Amino acid sequence: MKKVKNKMLKNILSYLMIVLIGAILLYPIIWMFFAAFKTNEEIYGSVKLLPKSYGFQNFIDGWKGSGVYTYGHYFKNTFILVIPTTLFTLISSTLAAYGFQRFRFRGKNVLFAVMIALLMLPNSVLMIPRYTLYTKLNWINTYMPFYVPGMLASNSFFIYMLIQFLHGIPRELDESAEIDGCSTFRTLVQVILPLMKPALFSAGLFQFMWTYNDYLNQLIFINSGEKYTISLALRLSLDSEAIVNWGKIMAVSFIAVLPLMLLFFVAQKYFVEGIATSGLKG
Amino acid sequence: MLKTAEGRKKKQPAAYRKRDQVAYLYLLPWLAGLIVLQIFPFISSFYYSFTDYKVNGGMHWVGLQNYIKLFTTDRDFKSSLKATILYTVYTVPLKLTMALAIAMFLNRDIKGINLIRTLYYIPSLFGGSVAVAVLWRLMFLDNGVVNTLLSKVGIGPIQFWGDPKYALKTICSLEIWQFGSSMVMFLAALKNVPRVLYEASEIDGAGKIAKFVHITLPQISPIIFFTLIMQTIQALQNFTSAFVITQGGPMKSTYVLGMMLYKEGFAFFNMGYASSISWVIFAMIVVVTLTLFRSSSAWVFYEDEGK
Repeated sequence: MKKVKNKMLKNILSYLMIVLIGAILLYPIIWMFFAAFKTNEEIYGSVKLLPKSYGFQNFIDGWKGSGVYTYGHYFKNTFILVIPTTLFTLISSTLAAYGFQRFRFRGKNVLFAVMIALLMLPNSVLMIPRYTLYTKLNWINTYMPFYVPGMLASNSFFIYMLIQFLHGIPRELDESAEIDGCSTFRTLVQVILPLMKPALFSAGLFQFMWTYNDYLNQLIFINSGEKYTISLALRLSLDSEAIVNWGKIMAVSFIAVLPLMLLFFVAQKYFVEGIATSGLKG
Repeated sequence: MLKTAEGRKKKQPAAYRKRDQVAYLYLLPWLAGLIVLQIFPFISSFYYSFTDYKVNGGMHWVGLQNYIKLFTTDRDFKSSLKATILYTVYTVPLKLTMALAIAMFLNRDIKGINLIRTLYYIPSLFGGSVAVAVLWRLMFLDNGVVNTLLSKVGIGPIQFWGDPKYALKTICSLEIWQFGSSMVMFLAALKNVPRVLYEASEIDGAGKIAKFVHITLPQISPIIFFTLIMQTIQALQNFTSAFVITQGGPMKSTYVLGMMLYKEGFAFFNMGYASSISWVIFAMIVVVTLTLFRSSSAWVFYEDEGK
């Protein structure tokens, strides 16, 4: 009897700990949401979580942006940047992963080692020459500096992740397709791709998330308000006013993180599996 | 599986099969990117670091001058190097320890574990986004919510952003808050530790600590190793939080190398000088990675050694 009671007590304590840590972790985001309804006076020097009233004025004012363009425009830009970049990355990385994992060719080991080593090559080192290159190509202030690295599978991470997944798809499947006369490309499209769906989904989610959150590259390569993304616009909203209206800023910040949260709740299985199977950074 | 591999080997002893030639086609986009977007910039950047390259000016060879200036006369660099090292030393171990501790804690059969794992992951969604940096800036203001909470228990007020003693640590807290992705990795690794090992050690009378040191740690060491390297590389390049929240201040205490690189390169347009900074970051990454790799034989345990 006593033992059972002890075990129950231990379980309850564990739950309490878990809930407590969870509450601390999520508190900033919850606080951000409610702060979006507050005035500066309500935010300063107060620990109250809930606002006095729920008006949408902060959201309306925030959405208008501080300049010529609304956040609707910035959202549209962000998606025009992020979605093609993600799709290009998936296509190019799938081709590269397939090439590496399903073929034996001269120089494979060296190229594979190079691919892995690139995981550790920091963006900082490549940034300035890439900027020079893109300037020469007239790509500054366009989204090409995001699309082209996507098309050319420049992030080894996704190649590595997809290779790991390909390991788990039996070779017999494509071998028999090839014996039946399929070209390797048709085999990839018709036999392998359907099986790779979960991995592609995970990789796509991560590339979406990283490109969406990325600030440094957007700051460097985009310089006109017309092309601004949400990250750039948020920073602009913060700096363009002498007295910051925090409620308004929190409102647009919340709107900015909302797509990621929605995506996460819809597709969380792929997030968690993606990290677990390939060991992601981030 | 093994049989087919053997069979193929016999048929095609050494030569590469014709069918495999097509692999280069699949790798073509990546190879093009490798040359144009990786190798070429890599070499250029090394070359730039020995020049006085400016965006609108010319480019002249200056030898080691940039590096000499960095390590002797440039006082910003000294603070920058210090801030970067401290940022990395504070965030990486704490983030990984948190991730591991909570992963161990969650590694049990209780109801709703998936939901909990999901919720703990949420902060990691936002990565280096501007939105959470702005949120941090507001929460840790002198009269922000954190200080108000602290004052209720009689602490503070602390000038989180105004005092060089606290600014960097407060920025670190934003990074540590996002331990969820490492935690999910550790959880997956913990689930893969064979239960037999624990059962066997229990028969031998091993306690909790002994089990952790002799079974858990060695078993998940490859994942710890990988995470440690990736997180360090990321921390050494931190930019957004320092730029959005403190702009490097106060008194350059958060002026991390990533930010100095941005300022020199894209605000002052000293591309040559900025390149030399980027090579310092790269050198630090190489040193850390090599040290970790060297040390790995002593503490990273691979089950299928030599495979």
